[in-house]
Amino acid sequence: MEISDGYPAAMRQSIARVEATRSARMGRTFPAMSLDERKALLLSHHPDYKAGAKRPLLFGSGQGMALNHELADLFEARPLVRASLDLSKIDHDVDLLVIGGGGAGTVAAIWAVKAGLDPRKILVTTKLRHGDSNSTMAQGGIQAADRPEDSPAQHFLDVMGGGHFTNQPELVRALVQDAPLIIQWHEHLGMMYDKDASGHFIEHPGGGTSRNRMHSARDYTGLEMMRVLRDEARNLGIPVIEFSPVIELLCDEHGRVSGAVLINLETRHYHIVRAKATIITTGGLGRLHMQQYPTTNHYGATADGLVLAYRVGARLIDLDAVQYHPTGAAFPAQMAGLLITEKVRGLGAQPLNCDGEQFVFPLEPRDVEASAFIRECAERGKGIKTPQDMCGVWLDAPMVDLIHGPGTIREALPAMFRMYARFGIDMTRDPILVFPTLHYQNGGIATDEHGATSVPGLYAAGEVMGGVHGKNRLMGNSLLDFNVFGRRAGMAAAAYAREHPAGKLSLAHVAAYEAMLHDAGIETTRTAPRILPDYRGKEALDRYLDIPL
Amino acid sequence: MSEQAPLITMQLMGKNYRVPAGLTLMAAIEYAGYKLVRGAGCRGGFCGSCPTLYRREGNHRIFTALACQTLVEDGMCLVQMPFVPLITRPYDLYTITPQANTLLQHFPEIAGCVACNTCTRSCPQGLPVMDYIQASLRGDIERAALLSFDCISCGICSSRCPADIKHYAVGLLARRLYGKYITRNAPDLAERVAAIETGDFSAELDALMTLSAAELRSRYEQRTFEVAAEQEDPYSATRSYNSAMDPVDYQDELEVSG
Ligand SMILES: Cc1cc2nc3c(=O)[nH]c(=O)nc-3n(C[C@H](O)[C@H](O)[C@H](O)COP(=O)(O)OP(=O)(O)OC[C@H]3O[C@@H](n4cnc5c(N)ncnc54)[C@H](O)[C@@H]3O)c2cc1C
Ligand code: SF4
Ligand code: SF4
Ligand code: FES
Repeated sequence: MEISDGYPAAMRQSIARVEATRSARMGRTFPAMSLDERKALLLSHHPDYKAGAKRPLLFGSGQGMALNHELADLFEARPLVRASLDLSKIDHDVDLLVIGGGGAGTVAAIWAVKAGLDPRKILVTTKLRHGDSNSTMAQGGIQAADRPEDSPAQHFLDVMGGGHFTNQPELVRALVQDAPLIIQWHEHLGMMYDKDASGHFIEHPGGGTSRNRMHSARDYTGLEMMRVLRDEARNLGIPVIEFSPVIELLCDEHGRVSGAVLINLETRHYHIVRAKATIITTGGLGRLHMQQYPTTNHYGATADGLVLAYRVGARLIDLDAVQYHPTGAAFPAQMAGLLITEKVRGLGAQPLNCDGEQFVFPLEPRDVEASAFIRECAERGKGIKTPQDMCGVWLDAPMVDLIHGPGTIREALPAMFRMYARFGIDMTRDPILVFPTLHYQNGGIATDEHGATSVPGLYAAGEVMGGVHGKNRLMGNSLLDFNVFGRRAGMAAAAYAREHPAGKLSLAHVAAYEAMLHDAGIETTRTAPRILPDYRGKEALDRYLDIPL
Repeated sequence: MSEQAPLITMQLMGKNYRVPAGLTLMAAIEYAGYKLVRGAGCRGGFCGSCPTLYRREGNHRIFTALACQTLVEDGMCLVQMPFVPLITRPYDLYTITPQANTLLQHFPEIAGCVACNTCTRSCPQGLPVMDYIQASLRGDIERAALLSFDCISCGICSSRCPADIKHYAVGLLARRLYGKYITRNAPDLAERVAAIETGDFSAELDALMTLSAAELRSRYEQRTFEVAAEQEDPYSATRSYNSAMDPVDYQDELEVSG
């Protein structure tokens, strides 16, 4: 395969057509769609409306909820432990168990200490390393209405409208009201937000915001937040067990959640944790690769928390709506699914088909834009094929420098530029190939404004919880949500733990779940939670023997 | 049809594997049949969980890289190094202060830096690591904070340093001191937080909570927009972001129409 400047010959031919039309396209933008056109396009091409992609849940608290097969499969799967598992030896007897060491979990543990729990009586357990999470990957920023021109009410309206008014209003109220307090807490923790010389935050707009309220730390906002929170948790002496995901919750004789079963991923030993209160903060589901989409999410984003909560009867909400970001990288294959920020289109790069023609207004709402890309590739056959058989559309990145002057890309999009340069592509000279990518779990476990789920003793916070964003999250509100609800859940769970002694551990709910599976006629060898996706090569797997060692 | 990439030979922990050219080190390791548990996190260059040591054919040097951000090469001999032990003394950021010797007191080993530049050469983020250690030694907290900002705590520098310095922990303390004590607090923030705490915004939010769906929608549609500074620029991201068009709701119209 002949590669020149990062692209194979077949793709170069299409790039030549892009270059040929470029001067005629300057200053001419494809018209935006009418509401009716958007509606028709979404119905015909958005993955959420794709016929046959979903099925209703057959049993449990969410019976009837239509979910993507990949997610429904997890609920219709057998537990990893039997109800007969020996629970007699308790390895960790704590006041509070936090499941997931990402942003929400770390915030919850810190605030449980601030609410008076002894750090030594808290346990954070996490799948990979402390901080290996979607939180670390967030680039854009966090919203908070803290300028005089802005108000929590204004933020409230933006969140509700962005979520198509499907959000739970009490959760949104908590979100917007606590936001400035969270930013102040971060300031006290020494987080390096972008500020001007007099200390004012530099605040940007974001999709769907009516005020500039996006606070950021260069384009490493999530990284900066996560490493400071992790450092704070370490300094407080909060114990964290890494590489030990929870595979099942434990209940007591009254059906209250009372701890969990963890598994050491290296030794495959299980550990029994008894806890007076438990918080699930396991993050999102991108690694389920719904409808085979690539994802922006981290390696461990496999929806484990949803499965754990469902097994003890917790209510779920809005899980039918999944957020696909229109511009994930589609080439080179090593970058597949990685996020290409909206800013590239914001700065003038047009989406183009294989003939170098425009086919959509560059800044339609995220799901409309994504649907238009899918239609161009699937129905119209005008996408660009990669050697790995992926399909995508061009983003004419060099237009950015033509419009705003040479050097703009390097200055305004340094992370993007560096990422492509690492794989041999110069985005100041050549267009880049994009296709929608699975980005965010809008819904999740239903909670009240203190993170309490419908099951006593169980709390949830962060991406795993649902309701606050309704069916569509706006950028900058999920970094906020893991802080707001992580804090609230940490304090509420600490209060609960003080009032409720731990009971006698039981896995009766696992037996009940197996019975529900059976009664629903589901015969399967599938197991859940998934824990990690499997990317091993087919050739290697074909010869895999599972021998005892 | 997928065009078959040519196979190359990679040596992983001493064994040869044939893998397609063009994969990242991480994908090549998985292609070879390893299910990664350690050594993979974000898979996108943000988390630092995939540091890798390797040698190239015909070169005496040891190279370091992030497995998720580096392409496999023929003849590469590699091992993943997913863990660099780190033990630090706890501190309370609310009581320590940003003195010239704070970093040195907390990390006395930085005095042992021999300026060999190995850390800088091995940093996959391309940071001037030695410079931020030297700045820390001099008590220049601001410089240490700014130079170390893009650090993803992969630990590669610390695994190679002859003076056993914990670079990323030094950078972290420098940044927290800088963020807390050296940059100014946001002037409007404390006032806003106090106003929220005394309930100044509650009535407005209470009122919104009692609106019917139709009333809320009409409030949303009538909300005003902050004028973006570069509004006249037709290509400005800000301009299109801050338009009433952007988050318009088509989805509930879908629901209404079934
Ligand atoms: C590329 C990218 C960019 C983003 N940009 C932005 C942005 O600019 N602004 C914004 O507001 N939001 C952004 N988001 C969204 C935001 O980062 C996340 O929604 C948020 O950080 C989620 O936080 P969390 O703590 O709930 O989950 P996570 O941070 O993902 O943490 C979950 C943790 O739980 C662990 N875990 C999972 N299962 C188990 C188990 N069974 N047992 C134990 N532990 C488990 C995971 O390993 C992980 O450590 C972005 C997301 C991505 C992926
Ligand atoms: S400074 Fe050290 S820990 Fe940080 S990114 Fe560079 S090599 Fe990794
Ligand atoms: S590797 Fe260690 S001794 Fe060498 S320059 Fe870096 S900090 Fe100094
Ligand atoms: S896996 Fe996170 S940096 Fe490589």
